[in-house]
Amino acid sequence: MKFLSEYRDQKAADQLAQQIWKKVTRPWTVMEICGGQTHTIVKCGLEDLLPRDITLVHGPGCPVCVTPIDLIDKAVAIARRPEVIFCSFGDMLRVPGSSKSLFDAKAEGADVRIVYSPLDALKLAKSNPDRQVVFFAVGFETTAPANAMAAWQADHDQVENFSQLVSHVLVPPAMEALLSSESCVVQGFLAAGHVCTVMGYEEYFPIAERYRVPIVVTGFEPLDILEGIFMTVSQLEECRHEVENQYVRATRREGNRPAQERITEVFEVVNRQWRGLGEIPASGFQLRGRFQKYDANRRYPSSAEPARESLECISGLILQGIKKPHECPAFAVKCTPENPLGAPMVSSEGACAAYYHYGRRQSHDRIQPELSGTPSR
Amino acid sequence: MCLAVPGRVVEIMDDSDIAFRRGRVDFGGIRKEINLAYTPEATIGKYVLVHVGFAISVIDEDEAKRVFKYLEELGALKEELGEIPQ
Repeated sequence: MKFLSEYRDQKAADQLAQQIWKKVTRPWTVMEICGGQTHTIVKCGLEDLLPRDITLVHGPGCPVCVTPIDLIDKAVAIARRPEVIFCSFGDMLRVPGSSKSLFDAKAEGADVRIVYSPLDALKLAKSNPDRQVVFFAVGFETTAPANAMAAWQADHDQVENFSQLVSHVLVPPAMEALLSSESCVVQGFLAAGHVCTVMGYEEYFPIAERYRVPIVVTGFEPLDILEGIFMTVSQLEECRHEVENQYVRATRREGNRPAQERITEVFEVVNRQWRGLGEIPASGFQLRGRFQKYDANRRYPSSAEPARESLECISGLILQGIKKPHECPAFAVKCTPENPLGAPMVSSEGACAAYYHYGRRQSHDRIQPELSGTPSR
Repeated sequence: MCLAVPGRVVEIMDDSDIAFRRGRVDFGGIRKEINLAYTPEATIGKYVLVHVGFAISVIDEDEAKRVFKYLEELGALKEELGEIPQ
């Protein structure tokens, strides 16, 4: 496919990797924020192309992974109500709550449906006026324009039997939380390309300045990620800490203004709990003003039972980049995608799932890629 | 979840309200109806980046070639410096 497959070219990847090998003189630790980037890195074995001096740590950019367990419990409780059609992106279904996942609820008869877009959930509400349609509005800034538009259209078309269980989180406050932690090992960031496609990257300039950390807005294909690493490492080697944009074909500095306007109209910024990380100030969205009538949290009273996390899951450490998935004693033994202890083993963006699916169980040897016709150094 | 896929706009269904502007987008042969409210600059033939049913950006086709141009120049430079045996 155009604008996709050409960024998976192996020869070009080897050329970029060569540039990184030439640039690096010291050890550096770089975090990719987004779980989509993590999957590309692990699936394509990009780490094996890089010099041993570069350590990639995987960030918290997996909305499924950071949705708090009490919200999963709440989703399950709402889904079990007979009048409810509960709609969600597919990723959320197998995430374990305290005792059940949405998938378990579905197996027991709850009407849980996977949708591609929040507008599909709105359509379902229109065609089922005698049912309540609840959409699990999970996601980072990338997904916020879609969820904002669903609430806006519901209001415009006066659809009363539609609501959203909102668990929206924001990337920059999470980066700041990681950087201000004493255990922070991250020296440079690959910022999440599509988050910046929506929000732009003005917000990252003060972070780069305050923490003296390079931030490179990076895409999701192998060449994007290698170029993003090259740009980050170049800054580190040259003692620079700037915000740069690798993903220029899709991302502008100011982001997508019409999308931002709609988000601001529908959502307001609030403190949010992050599974594994705790509460982060001003790190999420909730519905504001006249859109609060679509808030499922208000429409359905909370269950009294306190949430229970698995004691064996170390997802908090994984999401902060302190531990790698294969360093967890439960990894691939007690915790598998079929029987996950924590969300990172479930989600298609979770670091544990990436390591499991692509067979990364230990540190690999790194071999400098040789270009055909190029004498090895 | 932040996955977005590029596709080519093949048809536009305009609405009096921009919030309902839609189009048909071709993803390597599969066509889907996509909301174009956030990309008023998207016209037929352009590539848009689509996430959960919404176009969030129009692909800049010149910028899309940048990395390949860079690698090409690098190759030419190497040749000049005699790093690649001819």
